[in-house]
Amino acid sequence: MRTAFLLFLLAIGIQAQTLLIRNATVLTVTKGTLQTGCVLVRNGKIAEVGPNVNAPAGATVVDATGKFLSPGLIDCHSHTAVEGSVNEGSVSDSSMVNIADVLDPTDINIYRALAGGLTVSNVLHGSANAIGGQTIVIKLRWGKPAKDLMFAGAKPGIKFALGENPKRQGYPAEFLSSPATQERRFPGTRLGVEDEIREDFTQAKIYQTKWKQYNERLARGEHPIPPRRDLRLEPLVEVLEGKRYVHAHSYRSDEILALIRTADDMGFKIRTFQHVLEGYKVAKEIAAHGAGASTFSDWYGYKYEVIDATPYNAAIMTRKGVVVSLNSDSDELQRHLNWDAAKVVRYGGLTPEEALAMVTINPAKQLGIDDTVGSIEVGKSADLVLYDRDPLSNYSKVLKVWIDGHPYFDRDQDLQDRDKRAARKKELIAKEKAEEDAARKKSETERKDKTTPNAVPPTKEGEL
Amino acid sequence: MKKLRVLLLVLFVPAFLSAEPPTSFAIRDARVITVSGAELSKGTILMKDGIIVDVGPNLTIPADAWVIDGSALTVYPGFINALSTWGIPDLAPAAPAAGQRGTATPTPTPQQPAVTPAPRVHGPEDRPQNNSYQRAADLVKPTDRRLEAIRASGFTSSATFPNQGIFAGQGALVNLAGARGQDMVVAVPIGEEIILRTGGFRSGFPGSLMGVLSYVRQLYSDLDQYQQAKVIYAAHVSGTPRPEYDHYLEGLAEAPRILLPADQAQQIDRMILFARELKRPAVLYGLHEAFLRIDALKQAAMPVLVDLHWPERMREPDPSDIPSLRDLELRANAPAVPSLLAKAGVRFAFYSEGADSAADIKKQLKKAIDAGLSRADAIRALTLSAAEIYGVSDRLGSIDKGKIANLVVTKGDAFEDKTTVEYVFVDGRMFKPSKIPPVTPGGAEKGPN
Repeated sequence: MRTAFLLFLLAIGIQAQTLLIRNATVLTVTKGTLQTGCVLVRNGKIAEVGPNVNAPAGATVVDATGKFLSPGLIDCHSHTAVEGSVNEGSVSDSSMVNIADVLDPTDINIYRALAGGLTVSNVLHGSANAIGGQTIVIKLRWGKPAKDLMFAGAKPGIKFALGENPKRQGYPAEFLSSPATQERRFPGTRLGVEDEIREDFTQAKIYQTKWKQYNERLARGEHPIPPRRDLRLEPLVEVLEGKRYVHAHSYRSDEILALIRTADDMGFKIRTFQHVLEGYKVAKEIAAHGAGASTFSDWYGYKYEVIDATPYNAAIMTRKGVVVSLNSDSDELQRHLNWDAAKVVRYGGLTPEEALAMVTINPAKQLGIDDTVGSIEVGKSADLVLYDRDPLSNYSKVLKVWIDGHPYFDRDQDLQDRDKRAARKKELIAKEKAEEDAARKKSETERKDKTTPNAVPPTKEGEL
Repeated sequence: MKKLRVLLLVLFVPAFLSAEPPTSFAIRDARVITVSGAELSKGTILMKDGIIVDVGPNLTIPADAWVIDGSALTVYPGFINALSTWGIPDLAPAAPAAGQRGTATPTPTPQQPAVTPAPRVHGPEDRPQNNSYQRAADLVKPTDRRLEAIRASGFTSSATFPNQGIFAGQGALVNLAGARGQDMVVAVPIGEEIILRTGGFRSGFPGSLMGVLSYVRQLYSDLDQYQQAKVIYAAHVSGTPRPEYDHYLEGLAEAPRILLPADQAQQIDRMILFARELKRPAVLYGLHEAFLRIDALKQAAMPVLVDLHWPERMREPDPSDIPSLRDLELRANAPAVPSLLAKAGVRFAFYSEGADSAADIKKQLKKAIDAGLSRADAIRALTLSAAEIYGVSDRLGSIDKGKIANLVVTKGDAFEDKTTVEYVFVDGRMFKPSKIPPVTPGGAEKGPN
């Protein structure tokens, strides 16, 4: 079935070199809305956008009359398609671990997210420790091997976490039925989390200096032994050198301010605050630092540190000049980020265009990929979603999804394939059962043979 | 004495009376599957002092040889298990309790409850779960109680590896018989096995798959630096602070190749890239979902070890547990992997850790043959390919002049149900398997209870 699906992708992939989507309501996000518009795609890029575009010879034409076309949705906070645990929670700084190592392109959640119009995800670690590890941006190219999902040119990131989760040290002795097998983990307070990050960057700077000194000695013609490469500190050096974005899980305003101070002291930038449910209290400071905010629409109160929150958070931060995106943090929510975007129209009175921007161009800006994705503009990658009605309506359904001009989801095709998949499943189950029955029969016959009284008595192995 | 009746003793007196095992054998007029060359329909094999001294039609049988009339027999090179713990008695599964199957895990050593919690593992620098220095060659013993049943199924050698920890240790190519452990060792070192084992959230580093991978990466990076440092130090001893000695890296340095686990499609992709990144010769093991990645494996030109323990439906599954299409496809297609690899020209061998009993291994191989693998390819995978993968094809894996005298002598084709193993030669020593081979402790005794 997987093969059949791949063949299907391949078959339409070949024709998809030139694609014309005609007569759709085109939600460009950055250039307004065309009530009846056409989008021409050539070689995976958007070649033309306008009210009337003629179909070039050989182009696949999709008549989208009455339908809505939006840019592919982008999720700035995802844990999807990670094989094994999303946390290396044994240590407080696990910068050495990399999501790229454990991306599982066969995770069905990728396909289900595609079916909800998602085309790009920022895949992050959990929040078990102060520094969680190296993160990646992927395009949801379902069916391809992991290396082909990587968003080429997207700057890698690193996950930080503040608050309750990273300060968990392990269970106190009285909670354990058997004695603890390991010492508890530092830190145990919010102060400690801040200190951990400061300490790690101090080490990174020493490490940076060590290599600098080594290279200087080498240049002088000496024969120094090279320092040991420290794969935990190298990504932090990259942060200091501006080669890696920091995505910081955060809730409380005091911690957000504290991290900004730490970053200023150590000389790096926070690219995004994630969750940032008290961001509305410190929006000006976030904007001044140049950080983005990736938050939830109306998800809060699920633990103590997130009680002082409001669904107006996204709207308030936007009005204070912060680039705001709405994220999923969930394999379920990532399937309908457009509906989450609609909530900021209800809470905070943002325009529908501003709402859609929070799941398209804004996360693209936060991830530094807005030059190629996030809106329908000539020259950008053809990551497109076709809806049966306005995507901000909670009755809307995704009909088709293209990434780089290639179709990756087609609702009609999916509905057709369901019968095929069910039939294949039935066939395999029946075959398995038949084989098991045959094997059982055979072993019963053999057992009967063995129990006949005249069977040869067992002998021992002989050796010369 | 009864067992000797089948032997035609041309000159028996000195060897027989001295009670020393004979050192010279001849198998006459047998069907010989040489694997390296053409099959001989009526060939003779001469062995002396553990070596095949000649093979061919119409050979003159030396006067001191014990002769086996092979006219109704087939001779294969001894089978090689390409990855197992065979020969390490401490890793043999516990003997099954009455009416139960043995467990595959070794009996844990009883531990005193920890009063003081162990110091936290802070990262790769603490070298957790690292037995890189442990050599299978130092652990094998002929007292492993599995060996008799293993020989009875035609296996004479194994690429034996310790299996504890993430860096499990160094393998040795061993013959599965010998008076002492050191007599069994054929070649060492043959590789370092890496097991992607995680301790879970509450244990120390590494507690996740990504943690284990970062740990392995760091250690090979440390090894590069360690070796570089040694060279620089040797050239400039005076005035250079000496590099620290690292027990664990010494272990890694010895291994000529690494064994990496890859069972599912995405794991195969991942490990091909990982091996390339580590810049070391690698062998992948597992490979059950390789039917989706044949082209990638062909391109990678990396040898692989296929786990003979095919995935099966649970014996009595939870009725509400509906298998996914992926699982169903996996169970249906895994046995076809060897034939697909053979067609694509990917070098592969078989290994069996779970399916230890003679009957079970034969059954699992039969499944691969039913799924399209030719018998010749199956035999090659069990013999010469395994030897080639571990760089020992100069001494094992085929019936050729000069190679170690490891042979299986059967009545009938190796994969037929009714076929019996008549003799097994290990290092030129002859074994006559029992008529009903004992079930390996822990081996899968299948069938409804």
